[in-house]
Amino acid sequence: MLADKDRIFTNLYGQNDWRLEAARTRGDWANTADIIARGRDAVIAEMKASGLRGRGGAGFPTGLKWSFMPKQSDGRPHYLVINGDESEPGTCKDREVMRHEPHKLIESAMIASFAMGAHTSYIYIRGEFFREAEHMQVAIDEAYAAGLLGKNAAGSGWDFDFRIHRGAGAYICGEETALLESLEGKKGQPRMKPPFPAGVGLYGCPTTVNNVESIAVTSTIMRRGAAWFAGLGRPNNAGSKLMAISGHVNTPCVFEEELGVPLKEIIEKHGGGVRGGWDNLLAVIPGGCSVPLLPKSVCETVLMDYDSLRAERSGLGTACMIVMDKSTDIIKAIARFSKFFKHESCGQCTPCREGTGWMMRMMDRMVQGRADIEEIDLLEQVTRQVEGHTICALGDAAAWPIQGLIRHFRPEMEERIRQYKAAYGSTGLVQVPAGGVPAAVE
Amino acid sequence: MSTAWTPAAQPDSFVFDAASEEEIAGVLCKYPEERKASAVMPLLYIVQRQMGRVTGSAWVPVVAMDVVAQRLGMASMRVYEVASFYTMFNTRPIGRYHLQVCTTTPCWLRGSDDVVAACQKATGIQHFGETSADGLFTMTEVECLGACANAPILQVDDDFYEDMDAERTAAVIAELRAGRRPEPGPAINRSVSAPVGGRKTLLPSSTADQK
Repeated sequence: MLADKDRIFTNLYGQNDWRLEAARTRGDWANTADIIARGRDAVIAEMKASGLRGRGGAGFPTGLKWSFMPKQSDGRPHYLVINGDESEPGTCKDREVMRHEPHKLIESAMIASFAMGAHTSYIYIRGEFFREAEHMQVAIDEAYAAGLLGKNAAGSGWDFDFRIHRGAGAYICGEETALLESLEGKKGQPRMKPPFPAGVGLYGCPTTVNNVESIAVTSTIMRRGAAWFAGLGRPNNAGSKLMAISGHVNTPCVFEEELGVPLKEIIEKHGGGVRGGWDNLLAVIPGGCSVPLLPKSVCETVLMDYDSLRAERSGLGTACMIVMDKSTDIIKAIARFSKFFKHESCGQCTPCREGTGWMMRMMDRMVQGRADIEEIDLLEQVTRQVEGHTICALGDAAAWPIQGLIRHFRPEMEERIRQYKAAYGSTGLVQVPAGGVPAAVE
Repeated sequence: MSTAWTPAAQPDSFVFDAASEEEIAGVLCKYPEERKASAVMPLLYIVQRQMGRVTGSAWVPVVAMDVVAQRLGMASMRVYEVASFYTMFNTRPIGRYHLQVCTTTPCWLRGSDDVVAACQKATGIQHFGETSADGLFTMTEVECLGACANAPILQVDDDFYEDMDAERTAAVIAELRAGRRPEPGPAINRSVSAPVGGRKTLLPSSTADQK
């Protein structure tokens, strides 16, 4: 369990003021010029040594990602783009950074941009976070007024501009290349890779896209050292991480915790326990809706970090868990995610555009039980046909929750079908009737 | 992709007012001059806000999209694409207050169905996407709002009302009807996203000595 002295986000709850003056008392902007003076390679080396892995879900080593940027500019400017398009159901951590720690984020963005040779950074904030973007803008204005941004930012000799771009309600723009398209003023449809953004990104220039949290921890890692950060957590799963608990717990909340702590302990400590006690637990989705769920048996022992959850065929994702107790209709809970992905598919790739709608309609029937048992296998098969056959990972994300459901809750799905058959006779008609309601068949 | 596009009665013309022009100037300097198409989303927001200010219905008429296209040197079709792709641009007139209820699983687990029912009861709206007979409210179903630790969420225009239930939803709507904006944030006794009953980390004794 993480001690208060090791927390990076010391104003997570906005218990103190978020503006510049108060942020300075928390250590932000203290010696930025000294950090910059250590040089570009030193910053990247420090970040690599810290073992920080991307906090947006994929878990790619951050320092390594930065090192992919060209060492010398070929005349094109470099860009750092910060992904604040937090839209994954269950995930609500970056919001706290943007509204309560904006200066930590801006200062870290400057250090990161310097390490990548970028003089401009854009933060893409999801459109619904209007108030959070307001806080960010106030913080930016304060920083410009204090000489912390602009020419010779913070007296470091590095020119740095920081700007906000607001999204407008498209989950897909959290995918890095869709985000870049959106930032260029287009529909948010992902690009084919390669070329990767480090070569051809925003406006055709070398660009790195990082999650808000991945960037925001940079200044603290540079101040306290890679060894300190790497000392937290477990090997290959270093550091602390913002997490959140939502769903059926007594006290849903956002918090910062060390990686590698047992999931059960986290739910008991931060979530105040499962509603109705631990034995009332049904399942946990550990990191946003696109990672497969974990049944209670796995939740007993699993650790919250990248590798442990991967070993359970799930994932850390954004580390924002959704807890469901035994009162939950688990099939309906997952079916709602299918609806979500159908809504958010950008429509570019056929397997995803058609598949998400198909999976949603199939899941709706599974909720009612208006299906045949063999159709569970058919559903599984279709998820496999969507997975891996699309430009971006939204197709995978739509497939995984269903695969997790079938893997762990197939008996419940079969039982639902049997109940429907018992009540209404053979399903006979499997097509959705015009009214779309569960009607007695025949 | 999922934005409904139903033609609405369109105004004949649209002109940015002085307040909008000031905002546009601030937006355009954020992007390189030759990349000003980047400003299409901010400009559509400016249109929408101006419509809300002037007509009481925050939406983006087609003629305004043409104005934006002209201003940014884009083909009109490129602006239509953007306006119809992103769900936060209203391509049809909406009510004075936009009730956006999140029904995605984390909110659903905490009772978003009750919030929807309360909105329907208080406004007389039957289905998502409809506007109340008095023109005051439009209710929209939205996907995850990114505040799941405070679920369920009711977003009214730019503000999140958090930790809602049927009773608190009715209270918010009653206030809006009376022309007042209730204080956004958690509706229950809790500070932002900290646990109910007070935060368990970052306690005063341990953070005071930390710089």
